[in-house]
Amino acid sequence: MIEVKGLSKRFGDVQVLTDINAVFAKGQVNQIIGKSGSGKSVLAKCIVGLHVPEEGEVLYDGRSFHQLDKEAKRGVRQEIGMLFQSSALFDSLSVLENVLFPLRMFATMPPAEMRERAQLCLKRVNIEGKDHLFPSEISGGMQKRVGIARAIAMNPKYLFVDEPNSGLDPQTSIVIDRLIQELTEEYDMTTIVITHDMNSVMETGQNIVFINQGRMWWNGDRHELLNSDDEELNEFIFASEMMRQARRALAGR
Amino acid sequence: MGILLHIGRYFILLREVLARPERPKLYWQRTLEEMDLLGVKSLGIVALLSVFMGAVITIQTSTNIDSAWIPAYVVGFTTRQSTILEFSPTIISLILAGKVGSNIAAEIGSMRVKEQIDALDIMGVNSAAYLILPKIVAAVLMNPFLVTISMFLSIFGGWMAGVGTGIISSEAFIEGIQWDFDPYTITYALIKTVVFAFIITTVSAYQGYYTKGGTREVGISSTRAVVYSDVVILIANYALTQLLLI
Repeated sequence: MIEVKGLSKRFGDVQVLTDINAVFAKGQVNQIIGKSGSGKSVLAKCIVGLHVPEEGEVLYDGRSFHQLDKEAKRGVRQEIGMLFQSSALFDSLSVLENVLFPLRMFATMPPAEMRERAQLCLKRVNIEGKDHLFPSEISGGMQKRVGIARAIAMNPKYLFVDEPNSGLDPQTSIVIDRLIQELTEEYDMTTIVITHDMNSVMETGQNIVFINQGRMWWNGDRHELLNSDDEELNEFIFASEMMRQARRALAGR
Repeated sequence: MGILLHIGRYFILLREVLARPERPKLYWQRTLEEMDLLGVKSLGIVALLSVFMGAVITIQTSTNIDSAWIPAYVVGFTTRQSTILEFSPTIISLILAGKVGSNIAAEIGSMRVKEQIDALDIMGVNSAAYLILPKIVAAVLMNPFLVTISMFLSIFGGWMAGVGTGIISSEAFIEGIQWDFDPYTITYALIKTVVFAFIITTVSAYQGYYTKGGTREVGISSTRAVVYSDVVILIANYALTQLLLI
């Protein structure tokens, strides 16, 4: 479980996040949603420790991350898997080497076992026979899947996913969303997905945190989301005709 | 941002870079790759430049010393001294700052804007050490070899140009390159080379590591890497010359 308590962050004179409090439960897909520029990516970066908040704390199963020493922070980070918006695969390494990278860096198992583990992770995300290809030689959807394979290679306790569907077609987006959900349940991870894709929210959102104007504005599940009467939230989620139709259909039931 | 802030951040980065590696074996593998990339792959340009540099020094010395009072071997002597003391260590380092420095800044800068450095950090890898330390070690080990080869080729180029154009006899040139040889000049040149290699890799890596933005900023970092490396090399060259030769 990850808890965020009273977290505030500013850059210079600009207050980006104010007094954020949220709980992200284990074994479910938690989503942080919000408009572009609302502060959701900054919140995610504060949670993973890429930004240091001015106030508040982030607790990883009770361990206050920003108060840990350097070594302990590295220890927590080795329990984190992250899929970046751009996939962030290492260009100079092949698909297999990308997945092997965290294992070579931190695992203590013999090389043959590392290879086996990396291939198992690739198989789990339905990538087979592409071991020798480089990231530039595979599609965006495949890159995301390789990114997921790399993220789960070390058997993480926490999985962060930043905009998993950006640049993907709707069909591939659903495949990625479902994969994230399946892996979350399979590995019993605390998963946090940062997104503004409402399809993704409706597909997998179990605990949704809506960030607006740098504050935690709303929290609930996807069913409560459709029935909420919060104006700001409705303005965000019902921006598309598809979502308005979904609400009308729900109201007419 | 003030220059003091840059200097402070540069030293903070160096402290991170010189931390204990997580997996020394992996670092050593990366060092070998970097030795190939930064060293072996620079051999061609270093060889080409050195031969022509030596040839030009010989011809210019010869045409500017047009006196019966000055012995012919002075041309060989001047070629040797200029090459060992200044041209090979400094000019070759300035050229390497252009080739290797821009490569380092562009590579690390691209990794920064593509979130690959964030990925390393989140995995718990010391990204600064993992990316920069092998480059420093590789350059510090390889550049003295490159400069030594450059010294031989530059003097060889001088001999070819001198003898080939008939401005000096082979015997006089060889007598000149052997005359009054002080081995300390080689030590001085290699000390400079090692310091310059450290400057090229760290200044360029600093520029790449703190790149913000997109591909345009990567280009700017790459240019800055070359300009700042050159400026720091020239300042260090003056300081080392004063320190080691006077």
